[in-house]
Amino acid sequence: MTVRLNLVRSVKDLPREELFMPGHGLCAGCTASTIVRHLLKIAGRNTIVVNATGCVEVSTTMYPYTAWKVPWIHVAFENAAAVASGVEAALKALKRKGIIDPSKQINIIVLAGDGGTYDIGFQALSGMLERGHKIMYVLYDNEAYMNTGIQRSGSTPMHAWTTTTPLGKVLRGKPQAKKPIGEIVAAHRIPYVASTTVAHFTDMDNKFIKGLATDGPSFIHVLQPCTAGWKFDPRLGIKLARLATQTAMWINWEIENGVFNVTVRVPKRKHVRHYLKLQGRFKGLTDEEIEEIQRLVDMEVERVNKIVGREVIGPLEE
Amino acid sequence: MSRVKQKRLALNSNYAVAYAVRDVDVDVVAAYPITPQTTIMEKISEMIANGELDAELIHVESEHSALSAVVGASAAGARVFTATSSQGLELMHEILHIASGMRLPIVMAVPTRALSAPISIWNDYSDLMNTRDASWITFIASTAQEVYDSIVQAYMVAEDSRVLLPVMVAYDGFLMSHTYEPVEVPEDPGPIREITPRRDRITLDPDNPVTMGTITDPRWYYEIKYQQVKAMENAREVIEETSETLYRVLGRRYPPVEAYKTEDAEIAVLAYGGLFGTVQDAVDSMRSKGLNVGAIRLRQWRPFPVEELTHLLHNLDAIIVIDRAISYGASIQGPVALEVYPVASRMGLHVYSFIAGIGQRHVLERDIESMVSKALGYLDQGVTPLRSIYWGVRGGE
Repeated sequence: MTVRLNLVRSVKDLPREELFMPGHGLCAGCTASTIVRHLLKIAGRNTIVVNATGCVEVSTTMYPYTAWKVPWIHVAFENAAAVASGVEAALKALKRKGIIDPSKQINIIVLAGDGGTYDIGFQALSGMLERGHKIMYVLYDNEAYMNTGIQRSGSTPMHAWTTTTPLGKVLRGKPQAKKPIGEIVAAHRIPYVASTTVAHFTDMDNKFIKGLATDGPSFIHVLQPCTAGWKFDPRLGIKLARLATQTAMWINWEIENGVFNVTVRVPKRKHVRHYLKLQGRFKGLTDEEIEEIQRLVDMEVERVNKIVGREVIGPLEE
Repeated sequence: MSRVKQKRLALNSNYAVAYAVRDVDVDVVAAYPITPQTTIMEKISEMIANGELDAELIHVESEHSALSAVVGASAAGARVFTATSSQGLELMHEILHIASGMRLPIVMAVPTRALSAPISIWNDYSDLMNTRDASWITFIASTAQEVYDSIVQAYMVAEDSRVLLPVMVAYDGFLMSHTYEPVEVPEDPGPIREITPRRDRITLDPDNPVTMGTITDPRWYYEIKYQQVKAMENAREVIEETSETLYRVLGRRYPPVEAYKTEDAEIAVLAYGGLFGTVQDAVDSMRSKGLNVGAIRLRQWRPFPVEELTHLLHNLDAIIVIDRAISYGASIQGPVALEVYPVASRMGLHVYSFIAGIGQRHVLERDIESMVSKALGYLDQGVTPLRSIYWGVRGGE
């Protein structure tokens, strides 16, 4: 496919029209709404959103109100990818039978959190990817079950406090590392997989544009700092997402038709403590535990640089 | 009366389902293989591969996703179908309630099967009976012909704006799903398409955006669920109307409860599914021996036909209900007997609940006759056992 895409260079290139309306109940300082707002500006009106159970779902559709100006459906926690598969199949069949206008391009987007993707929704997601439905799956990742009150998920990073992984005398936050969901998705050999953060607007927006233009499944993984669950000052959400990339706790990458590329390069990276110290969920960790997290990041940076074939994420600054 | 031209085919109940799905022109099918449902999907796959049916078939990775996918497809405006049995129906359970709560006209075939553990691929109705409170209209068919007709009727009922509830068509796994019977099918699907027209309803349409599946607080939830109660009540008249339409076109109709030789009977045997044929034969044989026995078949499980049953029970002294499922620890452990009881006891009838056919243990004519003589013995003594009678179980009381 060699369609020339209209990529954005700044937020000024986004349409002014708002399809995600104010008045919803997401927390002050929640960065999920920023993601959804950008997503709908990119996708436009001809879009159907399938939302897994989660913060965005419960906070934006308190009956009889809705924040959505596009058709939206929520069914359950673990099945958004299956529901979207049905929506896609329906549009295909109804277009073929002439019941709906065959020339009408309708985007189908799944919006799901980390619980609905890494854990309970993983099987349905894998099925959707394997079958090759033309659906863009957007994962907003706040690294725990925030909607039910901050319980640990497969996405929670090592040593992070959650209500089910307390920082105790014996157990020190989450004992395991974060599951590499993007690579697991990429292992399905789908055409487009990307990771980004809510702080990198053009990176995120252009990945939405590429995902929607993909002829088949696409997967966009967005880091979404959560003021309530990560325990930071509500004004720091975007700054934290930026710090995640600057410390290489998070790497903005994409795999386009099998080619891996880091889209936000970091010539010199900061020590992870700059990222950790602003968050209550990492409060109380020992220097040794912080160094353990740093070592995980170092290993990941080395691995990614090796895949790219040159140093796209630089060394720790002094 | 303008009945359509029909041809007679040898079909098992699973194939009868597939023919009906083809004739109503379903748009999206999603299903996952499970015995004894599989041959439905195989036949539908064949029909799609041969161009006899223009539908999208989603080869989902579980039954949970099968029902979820048809929920999505139905919400997007498609006419949808799925089928499952046993563990598959259990895995769907969460979404059963959501499908009806979202008022989506989904149709599902359920060749019934026993539940694990221990694992059994054979028939009983434990799977279906667990769906009792899921707000699905439920027919239990007794012949392959009725299976075909019921699938057609299911779409007519489900998609009616007075109803908008999903419909299940159940029948005996193996005993019917894999048994060939003569089935009349219209030579041309035209008349079937005419009685199942596509109707407008609210769908996921970018030109008219709606929000479906919202969160609802205590101020609204109750009223929304009460609308489901009303829809289930409305289904009664819609089922009646559509039965008449089907009769006009196909020459066949199925009352919610069907009576067989009950007019002068003192006792009747109520059964459902394929077992009814055996019960009818047993009734004939007992009548030839001078017993005043009749039979009743339950076809419409949800909504339960209270009035129609009341009418049929009028001149009876007692009723035997044969259940092929167990409600463990219930006051009466036959799920259908439990529903018949308040209707029958109000009319002064003795109700004898028999459990039989569990995991497809044979139920033969002579079993029915023995059940009747046992019940007549109780009736003579004027006693009604407080619990269900477990017919033929080794080590039973």
